[in-house]
Amino acid sequence: MKEAFRLPSPAGRPIRFVFDGVAYQGREGDTLATALLANGVHLVGRSYKYHRPRGILSAGPEEPNALVAVHRGPGRMTPNLRATQVELYEGLEATSQNRWPSLALDVGVVNDLASRFFSAGFYYKTFMGPKAAGTALWTKVFEPIVRQAAGLGERPHDPDPDRYAQFHAHCDVLVCGGGPAGIAAALVAGRAGKDVILCDEQAAFGGSLLHETTALIDGKPARDWLADALSDLAGRTNVRLLARTQAFGYYAQNFVALSERVADHRPAGSSAVRERLWQVRANKVVIATGAIERPLVFPGNDRPGVMLAEAARCYLNRYGVKVGARVVIATAHDSAYRVARDLMAAGVDVAAIADCRAVVPESVLEMAQAAGLRVIRAATVAGTRGRLRITAAGLSSVVDGVVASPEWIACDCLLMSGGWTPSVHLHSQSRGKVVWNDDRQMYLPGVPVQDEQSAGACRGLFGLGDVLMDGLSAGARAAGLSGQPRPVTVCGDSGTEGGILGRLPWRHDLAGPSFVDFQNDVKADDIDLAVQEGMRSIEHIKRYTTTGMATDQGKTSNLNALAIAAGRLGKTIPEVGLTTFRQPYTPVTFGAFAGASRGELFDPVRKTPIHRWASEYGAVFEDVGLWKRARYFPRPGEDMHAAVDRECRQARLSAGLFDASTLGKIEVVGPDAARFLERMYTNSLAKLEPGRCRYGLMLNEAGFVMDDGIIARLAADRFHVTTTTGGAARVLNHMEDYLQTEFTDLRVWLTSTTEQWAVIAVQGPRARDILQPLVEGFDIARQAMPHMSVREGTVCGIPARVMRVSFTGELGYEINVPADFGRAVWDAVWAAGRSHDAVAYGTEAMHVLRAEKGYIIVGQETDGTVTPDDLGLTWAIGKAKPDFVGKRSLVRPDMLARDRKQLVGLLTDTPGTVLEEGAQITAPAHPKIGDAALGFVTSSYTSPVLGRSIALALVAAGRSRKGERLHVPMPGGALAVTVVDPVFFDPEGDRVHG
Amino acid sequence: MKFSALSVIAQGLSGNRGWPEQWRSPEPKPAYDAVIIGAGGHGLATAYYMAKEHGLRNIAVLDKGWLGGGNTGRNTTIVRSNYLWEESEAIYEHAMQLWAGLSHELNYNVMYSPRGVMMLAHNTHDVQVLKRHIHANRLAGIDNEWLAPQEAKAFCPLLNIEANIRYPVIGAALQRRGGTARHDAVAWGYARAADRLGVDIIQNCEVTGLRREASGAVCGVETAKGFIATRRIGVVAAGNTSVVMAMAGVRMPLESYPLQALVSEPVKPMMPCVVMSNTVHAYMSQSDKGELVIGAGTDSYTSYSQTGALHVATHTLDAICELFPAVRRLRMLRNWGGIVDVTPDRSPIIGKTPVSGLFVNCGWGTGGFKATPGSGHVFAHLVATGEPERIAAPFSLERFRTGRLIDEAAAAAVAH
Amino acid sequence: MLLIHCPYCQMDRPETEFRNGGEAHVARPADPMAASDDEWAGFLYYRSNPRGLHAERWRHTHGCGRFFNCLRDTVSDRIVTTYKAGTMRPVPAPEAL
Repeated sequence: MKEAFRLPSPAGRPIRFVFDGVAYQGREGDTLATALLANGVHLVGRSYKYHRPRGILSAGPEEPNALVAVHRGPGRMTPNLRATQVELYEGLEATSQNRWPSLALDVGVVNDLASRFFSAGFYYKTFMGPKAAGTALWTKVFEPIVRQAAGLGERPHDPDPDRYAQFHAHCDVLVCGGGPAGIAAALVAGRAGKDVILCDEQAAFGGSLLHETTALIDGKPARDWLADALSDLAGRTNVRLLARTQAFGYYAQNFVALSERVADHRPAGSSAVRERLWQVRANKVVIATGAIERPLVFPGNDRPGVMLAEAARCYLNRYGVKVGARVVIATAHDSAYRVARDLMAAGVDVAAIADCRAVVPESVLEMAQAAGLRVIRAATVAGTRGRLRITAAGLSSVVDGVVASPEWIACDCLLMSGGWTPSVHLHSQSRGKVVWNDDRQMYLPGVPVQDEQSAGACRGLFGLGDVLMDGLSAGARAAGLSGQPRPVTVCGDSGTEGGILGRLPWRHDLAGPSFVDFQNDVKADDIDLAVQEGMRSIEHIKRYTTTGMATDQGKTSNLNALAIAAGRLGKTIPEVGLTTFRQPYTPVTFGAFAGASRGELFDPVRKTPIHRWASEYGAVFEDVGLWKRARYFPRPGEDMHAAVDRECRQARLSAGLFDASTLGKIEVVGPDAARFLERMYTNSLAKLEPGRCRYGLMLNEAGFVMDDGIIARLAADRFHVTTTTGGAARVLNHMEDYLQTEFTDLRVWLTSTTEQWAVIAVQGPRARDILQPLVEGFDIARQAMPHMSVREGTVCGIPARVMRVSFTGELGYEINVPADFGRAVWDAVWAAGRSHDAVAYGTEAMHVLRAEKGYIIVGQETDGTVTPDDLGLTWAIGKAKPDFVGKRSLVRPDMLARDRKQLVGLLTDTPGTVLEEGAQITAPAHPKIGDAALGFVTSSYTSPVLGRSIALALVAAGRSRKGERLHVPMPGGALAVTVVDPVFFDPEGDRVHG
Repeated sequence: MKFSALSVIAQGLSGNRGWPEQWRSPEPKPAYDAVIIGAGGHGLATAYYMAKEHGLRNIAVLDKGWLGGGNTGRNTTIVRSNYLWEESEAIYEHAMQLWAGLSHELNYNVMYSPRGVMMLAHNTHDVQVLKRHIHANRLAGIDNEWLAPQEAKAFCPLLNIEANIRYPVIGAALQRRGGTARHDAVAWGYARAADRLGVDIIQNCEVTGLRREASGAVCGVETAKGFIATRRIGVVAAGNTSVVMAMAGVRMPLESYPLQALVSEPVKPMMPCVVMSNTVHAYMSQSDKGELVIGAGTDSYTSYSQTGALHVATHTLDAICELFPAVRRLRMLRNWGGIVDVTPDRSPIIGKTPVSGLFVNCGWGTGGFKATPGSGHVFAHLVATGEPERIAAPFSLERFRTGRLIDEAAAAAVAH
Repeated sequence: MLLIHCPYCQMDRPETEFRNGGEAHVARPADPMAASDDEWAGFLYYRSNPRGLHAERWRHTHGCGRFFNCLRDTVSDRIVTTYKAGTMRPVPAPEAL
C-alpha cells in the first residue's frame, strides 16, 4: 500500500523514487527519510563493524544510521549521504550501504555473532602473525580483509562532471541557524538596517517552528508567526536568506565558511552549479544552531524502529508521517511528552511512556493524564526485541538501583529522549571555551573570544519563549541597538527540563549491546574496556574505541561516551575533558573547496607575447613555474633529439632566435642605485659605466647562490636588471626587503618590468648581420657595441633596449621591446633571420648551448647549498667590497672546507653515452652500500658541435681532480668518466667577441 | 598480558574483563636518573630504548597533556626513507629498518603497511630532482625507482595522467617499502612497552621550569606536580621545543608552524598507496578505515594554535581534485592542525646543548612520524651515554655555526 | 585567513594579499665581517619563536608592497597591532591583550 503511514490528505504532489531497487511514492517536500517512513520502511542501513540492521534515528544532520548512496548518472554517485538530508525529487535513486547481498540478508552479520572478539582496539592486539613472517601476514592477509570490510560507502570511479562555485561575502551580521532564535535575531538586525545573512542547513527556515502545532506566538499559531517573519525578512534588500546552507567552519577574525547545496534537490541533468562555498567575513556573528536530542543508552537501543522522540514529532507535524502504529516512549526529558501528545492526537497508539526520572514535573504529568497516557516513573529500558524492526520493548522500574524484571510491551517503534545537547560547535571552533554546567549537565558556550554570541537552544535555552527573546536580544546587540527589544508572548510552550547522561540502569541477565556511537558500533562496554585498559582522557578513549569519529562526528554520542567514561573513572565530566570540535560541522564536498580551480584555472598559465608564434611554428612547450616555454621546434619527422641537434648546430653555424621574454626584469632607479646593487650582488658595479653590462651573481644571506642575471647600466642612476625565470618574484621581494628594512638610507626605487618587455635573443655568428638592417639610433658595429654593452634605440621602428650578451658563447644580442610589439618585432627579426638560415631554438637547445660553455643554470647547477667558489665564480666577487649580502657567510668554517663539491665537466669513455642527470659519482666502480658519493651529475647532453656527450657535475674537491677517472654507478653497471674543465667549447671565449 | 590472537579469543570468551592496564598512571617520584620531556612517539620511543638497550629503568616521561596527543596523533602517518643527503638517508633508513619489526618488538600491532610511496614529477626540474634522489638512494641501499606515467597509473589507478591537464604527470619515483602506520598505536605501543620496563609516564604534568645548579648543569625540572630532580634531561617537545628550551635560557634555530591535515568520509578501498606531489602541494593515502588521508601545507606564519587557515586546506583540495578527479564528489569529514617545529635546513636537531645534561631532539618539521623509531633509538643513546651515535652526530646544533647544513628543502625534496 | 591592517594603506585586507617575512627586529649586524661565527649564526638562524606575543614582519605584496611589523598572539592568532617598519615595538596596553 502506498504511503501507509502518511496522514490523510497530504499536501505535496506525489513523487516516485527508488530505494534499493524498489519503487516507492513520496511527496514533494519530503526527505528520503520521511518518504521511506511514510512507506513504513525503517531498515535503511547496516552498521559499520557488526553489520547490525539499522533504522532512521533522527530527522536532521546528526543522523548516524541512515546513510545512503544517491545515484545521478555517470560520475554522479555520492556515498554516505544522510537520508534525513536528501531531499526527494522525481526519479531519485538511492541505495543502502555496507551490506551484501541485501539489506535484509547481509552475510557481514557474522561479525555481530563474533562481536565479543571484536572489542575496542582488538586489532592492536592481534593480526601480527609470527615474528619470522615479519609484516607479511598483516600486509598480505589481514589488512586487505580489514580494508575491504571497513570503508562504509561505495567508492567513486569516475570523474565528477558537476560544477562548483565560490562566493566571498561581507556582512554586518551573520546568523548561523534559521530556527526561532536565528530568525528573531535576523528580524531585529534586519529591521535596524544592517546587512544580514541568515543561513540554515534545511530547505525551509524555521527549525523547530516547522513542526510546532500548539504554541502561540504573540497570539498567532507558531507557523503563522514564522510565515510572517520570513516574508518580512524576504522583503528586505539588506537581508540575504541562504537555505540549504550549513555554516561549517568558524575561523579567525569572524571568517565563517558556509556550504550551500544548490542543485541536488532537483532531478539530475540540470547544468546548474551543484554546490557553493561561501566565505563570509562578518562584523558580528550570531550562533543559533540549536540543540540535538540525545539517545538513551540501553541494551538493543539500535534496532530499526528505535528513534529520537522529537524526530517522530517532526515527521508527524511537518511531513504528515507516522513513524509507527504502536509506540513506546522512553525519556528523561519533558519534551517527549509533547511528542506523545501529538502522536496520540494523530491516532498513533502510544502504549506507555517510561520516564527515567523518579520525579517528573507536575505540569508534565497533568498533560499526560489529560491525554490518557500511561506513565511509568523511575523506569528503564531493560531490552528490546525484534530483528529487522523492533517488536517489543522491555520496560522495568528501578527501585534503589535494582532493575525489576521487565514488562514486555509490543510496539513497532520506541521513541527515546535522553535530553538535549546544545550545539556549541561553532562557538568552540571560534576558539571560545565551552564551560560545563553541572546543574544542567551540559556544556554551554563560555565567554566569546571573537565578536560572536550564541542565542537560543545552543546556549541551553529550551522554552520557545526564552529562545525567541534570546534571539531578539542577540539580534539587537549585534545590530548595536541599545535597550531591550519588544518582548514576545508565547502560549502553549511545553516542558523544558530533564535529561540523563550515560547508561541507563540495566539487568545483567538481559545484557545486550548498548550502543553509544551507532555509526561506529561503539558500545558502552567498549568505553568501559578502554578505561579498564588504562585510557584516562577522553581523547584516548575516543581514539581507542573510535567513538565520535564516524561521519556524524559524535553529534548524538559524545556526551554519553563522556559520561560513561567519567562514571567508570570516578571523575566528573570536565575532569575527563572534551574532545575538540573540528571543522567541518557536517562533511563538505571536496569539489566545493576546489570550486572553479580546475583544469586551466587550476593555476594561471603565463604565456609570452611570442607564444602564439611558437605554437603556430609547432613548438613543444614545457612548464617552467607558471610559464609555458617553447622547449623545441620539431620539423616534420624530427623527434626531440633531432630537433635539438639541428637547432644547436644551426645556432653555432649561422644564428638562432630564442624567446627569452620569461626572464625576470627589474628596473632599479635612483641616486643610490649602484650602491644598492653593489650590496645585493657579489659583483663590483661602482665602476660599471652607463652603456655596459655585467654578469650579476646574487647570494642569500647564508652565502648560497640564489639567482643570477645581467645588470645593465643605462644611466648613472638607472639599471635594467634581469633575473632567472623562476626567480623574478623572489628576487624582487629580496631586494625590497633589504631596501625597506636594512639599507633604508639608500634612495632607490624598484619596479618589476618582467611583463613590460618582450625579449628576443639573437645568437650566432650572423646575429649582427640579421639585426643590422633593423636597428636605428645606435651603432651595433663590432667595436661600437662590444660584448656586455647595452644600447637604447629602435628595432623595426619600435623603442628598444638592446644588450650585447650571450648565453651561448656566440656573438649575441638580446632585444627588449615593449611586450605589445613583441610579436611584430619577432616576426621582423625572424624574416630577417630566415635569409641567413637562422633557426628558432627552444629551452632544450638553450640548455645544451650554455652547457657546452660551462655556463650554470641556477636551480640546476645549484640547489641552495652551492657557493660562488663551488661554481668557480670567485671572479664575480668584488673583493674590495666591505660588505654584500651573503659575504659574511662565505667565511664560515664549512664554506672554506676542502672537500666542498665543485663544478667540473665530465666526459664519458664512450662518447655516445649520455649520463643521467642526478646520477651519482664515485671513485670506485662498485662502491659499498652506504659509502658517500663524491658528487652528482647536474646537466648532461649530447653536444652536436662536439659530436659527443658532455656533462656538468658537482664533485668533491672537483677542481683538483682534473684528469682523474671516476665512475657513475648505474643499475646496469658503472660508467667510467674523466673529470675535465666545465668549459667544453671555445675555451678561449673568442666567439662572443665576434 | 601478551597480546595475541589467543589472548583476544580467551578474553572474548570471558567478557574481556581480564585485560590489564596498558600503562600505569603513576605519580612522579622525587628523582629520576633521566627525564624525557614530551610523551609523543619520539619521547616514548626514547624512554623505551633507554630502558631496553641502555639499562636505565629509573626514568620518567613527562607530558603537559596526554601521551601521543601532539603531532603523533595528528599526522598523516606516512613512512618513507627516500631522502636526498647521506645524513638524512642514514637516519630515516634506520627508522625504516625498525618499522619493519616494530609490531613484534612492541607486541602491539602498529599496522606498518609498506604499500608504496610515490612522488610525482610534473616538469623537467622535478624529474632531475627525483632522479637525483633515486640514484642517491640506490647507493645507500634504499629502494627508490623511476616509473613512467603509465607505470605510475598502473600502481595507482586513481591517478590522472592525461597529458592535457595543467600539470601533467610525467613520471614518478616510487619507494615500495614506504607506506603508512597507525599513529596512535605507535604511541600506545611504545608507552605500554616502556611502562613494562619500569618507565614512569606522567601525563598532565606540564614542565614549568628547568633548574640548573651553580655549574650551569641541569639538576631537575619544575612541574605542575612539583619538583623532580634529575641530572639528565631530554627535550622532545616538537612544536613546543623553543618554549621548553627557553626555560634553560637556550635559544633555538626553530620556528613553529601550523600544519594541516584532513580526511574524507570513509569509502571502500580506492587508493592503494601513498601519492605525493611537491609541485602542486598535496599528498594522499587511504586509511584502513577507508578515509582518504590528505596532507595540506603549513601556514605562512608561526603559530601555536593547532589550527590552520581555510585557504591553505582549500589549495590542497584543488590539487587533490586535479590529480584524482574521481574524489571530487567525496566530502571532507575532519580537518585539523598540528604544530611543527621547523629548522632553517628542514633537518632535525639531535644533540647536546650549551647546557650540561640537557639534550634536545627536535626540528623534525613535517618528517617526524616516519622517523619515530629511529629518532627514539639514537636519542636514547645520546641521553644515556652523553655522546651521539654515528648517524645522529651530523644533526648537532653545531652545524648552524659552521654552515654544514643538511638542506633537504634546498634540494627541493618533497618536504613531507 | 587573517585580516591584517596595513599601516601604510590604512586598510584591513585579507592575508592572501600579504607575505609573511618572519620575526621582526632581527637586525643585520652593522659590520657583518666583525661578527663571530656564533653571532652570525644567531642572526641567520636563531629565533625567539615565542608562545604568546610575537613581533613579526609582513609585506603587503599585492598592495602597497611595503614591509611592516605586526604584534600577534601566536596562541590565539589575534593581531594586537601593526606598525611601520623602522619603528619601535610598541608596548600594548593591557586591555589590548
